[in-house]
Amino acid sequence: MMVTEEQARAALHTVVDPELDEPITDLGFVRSLAVDGTRVTVHLRLPTSFCAPNFAYLMASDAKDALAALPGVSTAVVRLDDHHDSDLINRGLAEDAGYRGTFGGEAEQDLDELRLTFRRKAHTAAMERALTQLLRADPELSEEDLHDVTLADLAEGPGTEGLLRRRAALGLGTGPEEPVLVDDHGRPYPREEVPLRLRFARSIRISIDGNAHFCRGLLRTRYPGSGEDQAPRAPEQFPTTVRTKAS
Amino acid sequence: MYSKDGENYFIVDAHIALWDARPENQRNIHGKQFIDCFYDYHRNLSPESELWTYEEYLYQGGERLMKDLFTDGYVDHAIFQPAHLGAFYRNGFGQTEEAFALARRHPDKLTYNHCWDPRHEQAGLDQLRRDAERFGLKGVKLYTAEWQGDSRGYKLDDPWSYRYLEACQELGIRNIHIHKGPTIRPLDRDAFDVADIDKVATDFTDLNFVVEHCGLPRLEDFCWIATQEPNVHAGLAVAMPFIHTRPRYFAQIIGELLYWLDENRIQFSSDYALWTPRWLVEAFVDFQIPEDMTEYAPLTVAQKKKILGLNAAAMYDLPVPEQLRLPREEPQAAAVA
Repeated sequence: MMVTEEQARAALHTVVDPELDEPITDLGFVRSLAVDGTRVTVHLRLPTSFCAPNFAYLMASDAKDALAALPGVSTAVVRLDDHHDSDLINRGLAEDAGYRGTFGGEAEQDLDELRLTFRRKAHTAAMERALTQLLRADPELSEEDLHDVTLADLAEGPGTEGLLRRRAALGLGTGPEEPVLVDDHGRPYPREEVPLRLRFARSIRISIDGNAHFCRGLLRTRYPGSGEDQAPRAPEQFPTTVRTKAS
Repeated sequence: MYSKDGENYFIVDAHIALWDARPENQRNIHGKQFIDCFYDYHRNLSPESELWTYEEYLYQGGERLMKDLFTDGYVDHAIFQPAHLGAFYRNGFGQTEEAFALARRHPDKLTYNHCWDPRHEQAGLDQLRRDAERFGLKGVKLYTAEWQGDSRGYKLDDPWSYRYLEACQELGIRNIHIHKGPTIRPLDRDAFDVADIDKVATDFTDLNFVVEHCGLPRLEDFCWIATQEPNVHAGLAVAMPFIHTRPRYFAQIIGELLYWLDENRIQFSSDYALWTPRWLVEAFVDFQIPEDMTEYAPLTVAQKKKILGLNAAAMYDLPVPEQLRLPREEPQAAAVA
């Protein structure tokens, strides 16, 4: 059994840059993909030599895991190009040394906490996008009213799907009656705190969106032509009509 | 000074460097990687008319710096914030002697801040005392992701950092500029995390902590801390040039900073020689929050004056000509009467 390039690319599409909350394929981080029978070789590239090595390692090792899990792949080779830690990370990947084996004394336990931190940020940003969309669509709605908004109140579309997916990743409920504005553990905030919490969620969303645009731009500057490999990031969307609870 | 529409602005460029990244000063591949990363920032965020060649970018020298800042750039006063990067550059990245000599020749225009690294422990602490006297330090620049032997960074709440901050208190070095970089031990957690600043700001309330590039890429963590710690300030290094490439994002950054901090705790800088001040000053004076971003109030002229220079001037006790100051705010009771 052999693997196709499409299957390999689809596997890479499941690998997400935790900081930017987007697949590495859409970001243009996959520099090359070569399939030779049951052997897959992938080169990754990042926007700068000094991108944080922990994130660089996470994406590279996730890519290797995703490829190795494909039926029909006997050998998955993933190499990170042009990074200040390329030698270290590539050696670790080749030897399947794991995070601690790769970074030695610079690693303490694992990267689970790091992943969780950024899953939470991604959820908070998705929550803000959905709620700001509601606010813009309905001038009658006050920020405090968002306390009562449930998942059933959100319009269908990529924004809501994204929120549901990020809730699921955190183990939060996705039923229609679930409140939208919640903390990292799914608990709603007291009504009077809602404006502040929305505001904080907004700063997280601005951060992620801003970083995503900056990193995409830097990649295009660093690697001429790489823009063609990037999928456009979803723009700010503020539709004028929103499905209401009654509909 | 910059003048536009009958308003005069006192300009302080609060974060500049005189660097040498030429190949003969590069210690290893990382020296090249570092300046290449800066050059990509420059190429990515600059208007086409302001682009430099790679050769120009490697080294500017004092004469070019004076021209870019003071002849062409409207700047009244600028503050050196050097990064040493001794693991990447033979004679360091920031050129201490050259910058200090320039500051001595133009004391009305330039302030020299130096850097320290707590991993030098007692020897570095002794050096800090000598540096404070020699340079007349009012401030320091700390790059927490500096490589040093096997270590690739430190935190401000490390025990030796505390001793250095105590020395700063004692020596009258009140302004601590912090640049968060990407590699720090352990790698388990987010390297850009600014939580250590929260701790030291609480424990050293008489020091100012200016977080460069306002915590980017973690604007949210920075804002959350700054809203609780009145001695935490935002430096606009790296954030400024987004005014050209992504004005809506820039509006959000400024809008968030004004919401979570206040207009007295935000400082302009070009981050020279990453970018040059002239176009940034012009663009900022012309800048306004887009009308559809109703979550933010429009920027006022007074806010722009504070951000462009008056805030940093107050922090560094720089003399500001009478006509460039803001009118003294009248006490509330008088206004009512």
